[in-house]
Amino acid sequence: MLKAHFKKKLPTFELEADISLSNGILALVGPSGAGKTTILQCLAGLQTPSWGEINIHGKNVFSSQHGTDVPIRNRRIGYVFQDYALFPNMTVEKNVMYGKPKKGSVPNKVLTAANVLEMLKIEHLRNRYPNQISGGEKQRVALARALMTEPELLLLDEPLSALDQDTRSTLQQELLKLQAQWQIPFILVTHDPQEAEMLGDQIIKLDRGKQEGIRKLHRVQ
Amino acid sequence: MEFSYIPIILSLKVALAAVIIVACSSIPIAALMAKREFWGKDVVESIITLPLVLPPSVIGFMLLYVFGKNGPLGKLFELWFHTRIVFTLAGAVIAAAVVAFPLMYQAVKVAIENVDQNLEKAARTLGARELRVFFTITLPLALNGIVAGLVLAFARSLGEFGATLMIAGNIPGKTQTMPIAIYFANEAGDTGQASILVIIMTVFSFLVIYGLNRWGKGPRRDTRGGGA
Repeated sequence: MLKAHFKKKLPTFELEADISLSNGILALVGPSGAGKTTILQCLAGLQTPSWGEINIHGKNVFSSQHGTDVPIRNRRIGYVFQDYALFPNMTVEKNVMYGKPKKGSVPNKVLTAANVLEMLKIEHLRNRYPNQISGGEKQRVALARALMTEPELLLLDEPLSALDQDTRSTLQQELLKLQAQWQIPFILVTHDPQEAEMLGDQIIKLDRGKQEGIRKLHRVQ
Repeated sequence: MEFSYIPIILSLKVALAAVIIVACSSIPIAALMAKREFWGKDVVESIITLPLVLPPSVIGFMLLYVFGKNGPLGKLFELWFHTRIVFTLAGAVIAAAVVAFPLMYQAVKVAIENVDQNLEKAARTLGARELRVFFTITLPLALNGIVAGLVLAFARSLGEFGATLMIAGNIPGKTQTMPIAIYFANEAGDTGQASILVIIMTVFSFLVIYGLNRWGKGPRRDTRGGGA
């Protein structure tokens, strides 16, 4: 469950986000420079909002009023970067294992690299380096790496924009499946309205930092 | 006169010790300067780079002042270790380290700044603390620059003359490094000794520059995040 209402001053406009999401996929759609990535970064703790509150699963991770600002590493948020940000000095397996919680710290699920790699169909790549795999494969590795931390919220910044049409359609389907399996809220940034329609249970349109429309859809699974 | 290889050994000792000091000090300082903003940062940056542009005699003079018998650090050394710095090999090491520091610092700082910040951010979202981010992401990806800095610092230490002469003097077998031995052999008309040392230094310097150039053109590790 995510509840966030915050503002962030940017050089040319002020961004305002008001998001409430319990499960499913929220698609943030808008042109380049609308502030979509800034919203994700504020939620993750990579940027600090100028005002507002962010609550994840009832836990207050940011509050300008109370001076709360929980460090990124304690927010339990998975983040998939636009360019995947895979560590080039590590194999696929080491990338995926990088964020695995220490034993005992998260008792609810038993996650091993093997089953995350299998779920995303990348077991055969475990000993390769990021520069030896394709764009679609990189995307799966980035997803696996983020899920390995057992996040309570997954943020995806234009995860499919650099992929060809075929890979893109396949991965869209897989994202839907993954969300249904994982049962945590996903926020997905995209500049493609069609993709937003296809993936979003909820769509927020953003233009120059203002939320222009919120639509709740009931997707037929 | 018979050829003496002792200056070569002394030079190697000095350069090695100086490089160790420079490596240990420049990496944390460069990381701090690349990553943190603080008041007066430009002044600190200028002071760090100063030995690169100051004449060696000025550096030598300053070192004599600081490490001399009545200098603040000279006195401390005398008190703690019952030893002096001036006219010892330690003085030569300090002189070499001071002139080599900015070269290493610049190389490391640029290398750290060039590491894709998204990779460091990604590591943080994966639960890593700052030290882990630094040792598992930043440092390995800046390795090319660090190695280049080490080689340059070693070469510069080996070639240090002016400041070394002022603080360590010219004591054959004790502080007489290669560049100093060349100068005094030439002054004394011993061109044989001077020529051999000149050839060794030139060949070595050539190999360093050639090696760095070749390495720079070689297959570099991709420091970007595997983007398409």
